[in-house]
Amino acid sequence: MIGVVDYGAGNLASVTNALGFLGAPWRLVRTSADLQVVDSLVFPGVGAARPAMDQLRASGLDQGLVEYLHSGRPYLGICLGLQLLFQHSAEDDSLCLGFFAGKVVRLTTSQKVPHVGWNTVDVTRPTPGLEGVDGTYFYFTHSYVVQPTNRDVVSAVTEHGRAFVSAVAQGQILGVQFHPERSGRDGLRLLHQFCLRAVAETRTHAG
Amino acid sequence: MLAKRIIPCLDIAHRRVVKGHQFGGLVDQGDPVDLAASYAEAGADELVFLDIEATVEGRATLIDLVTQLARRVFIPLTVGGGVRTTQDIRDLLRAGADKVSIQTAAVGNPSLVSSAASSFGSQCVVVAIDTRRREQGWEVYTHGARRATGLDAVAWAAKLCRLGAGELLVTSVDADGTNAGYDLALTAAISDSVSIPVIASGGAGGPQDLVAVLTEGRADAALAASIFHSGRWTVAAIKDELRAAGVAVRG
Repeated sequence: MIGVVDYGAGNLASVTNALGFLGAPWRLVRTSADLQVVDSLVFPGVGAARPAMDQLRASGLDQGLVEYLHSGRPYLGICLGLQLLFQHSAEDDSLCLGFFAGKVVRLTTSQKVPHVGWNTVDVTRPTPGLEGVDGTYFYFTHSYVVQPTNRDVVSAVTEHGRAFVSAVAQGQILGVQFHPERSGRDGLRLLHQFCLRAVAETRTHAG
Repeated sequence: MLAKRIIPCLDIAHRRVVKGHQFGGLVDQGDPVDLAASYAEAGADELVFLDIEATVEGRATLIDLVTQLARRVFIPLTVGGGVRTTQDIRDLLRAGADKVSIQTAAVGNPSLVSSAASSFGSQCVVVAIDTRRREQGWEVYTHGARRATGLDAVAWAAKLCRLGAGELLVTSVDADGTNAGYDLALTAAISDSVSIPVIASGGAGGPQDLVAVLTEGRADAALAASIFHSGRWTVAAIKDELRAAGVAVRG
C-alpha cells in the first residue's frame, strides 16, 4: 500500500488521480499511526513550507516522517515533499525535517521566477527511479530550490538561467523538484517506476 | 532550458465545449474531457478551461467536470470564469485544478489575489487581463470585455505581480477572434514590466503568430482556441513549426 501524505493544505487530487490511473493501491496518511501500515510513501507538494511544517508538527506527523525516512522504505517527495527533507527553508524562515543536510533558498536567476513550465531534467548519476528521465521535459512550478550540503546526494540538475538541483536521492529516498503527476506520459512513467518499487517492498514485507 | 508553452483554451457552457457566435448563440464543439485528452496526447503543455456562463447553478457542473478532467488528463489544468472568492478557488483546486484564473473579481477586489496567493501559493493564482488599445497604451476591461475600468494594463500587471499573482493571462480583445496575430507590443510591454510568466492570448491564426508572440512579443506561453478547435492546426504541427523557427518547445 502506497501512503500519500495529507498535511491539510496541498492539492492531493493530481497525485491520487495519477496513482489511481496507474492502478496502484493508495491511502491517505494523516498521522504517524497511518505510517505504520504503508510500505511506501509519496509526499506531494503544493503550497508553502511554513503552513505545511506547522500542520505536520500539530499532528505529530513530523516525527513519524523522520522515523519513516530512516526505515529504509521507498519515499518519493515531490516539490515541497523534496524541500521539507532539508534542514531549513528560506520560505517564511521555516525549520524543516532535516533528513538531508542543507537548506532551501529562493531561486535567484536572470530568468523569470516562479520557474513555471516544462524544462529538461539532466540526470547527473545513475539513480533508481530516474531511469529514462535524462534529457526529458517535466513540469515545474516553484520559486525555491534545494542546496544540499553533501553534493553526493544530487541526482539531477535543471537549467533556468543557472543550474539548480532538480532531484536528490539516497537509498530508497527520492525527491524531485518537478511534478511527475502533471508531466504527461513521462511523468506517469516515473510514477509507475515508483509503484513497481512499492510493490517490491510490499512483497518483501509479506514474504 | 525552459520550453515555451502551447496552451489550447476551451470555453465551457452546459458542460460542453462551445464557441461563441458573433450573432448570438453558441456552437457546440464537443465533449471537454475527450477534447482535453486528445490535446494532451497531441502535446499540449497545459489546458485552460473558461466557464463562459459562470452562473451559480453552473458551478456544481463545472466542479464535477474538473473532477472528471483531472482523472484523465495529466498535464496542468487552469480553470476560470466567475471566480469571486477564496472559497471558489479552494473548490476548484480540490476538484483537481492546478491553477485558477481570476479576472473581473481581481479588479474590484485586488486583495483576493494576495489572499489567494498566501492561502494556496502564487503558483496556482493566474490573473487574466482583458485589454483594448487606447490612445496611450492599453486599458483593462472586465465583465466579458464589456466594461472599461480606466486602468492602464501595464500598471495593473505590475500591481498584480506585487500582489502575488503567479502568472498573467493577457488577452487583446481587439485581436481576439481576428486570426490576424497577437498584439505583440502589448505582451512585450507587460512581459518587460513583470517578473512572472505571461501567457499571450487573442489573435492566433497560424504558427507564424505563435512564433512572433513567443519571440518578439516576449511571451512565455501562447494560448489559442479556434485554430485548434477548427482542426486547422494540431498542437503537434504547431510545435514542429515553432521548433523549425528556433523556439524551444517540449517534444
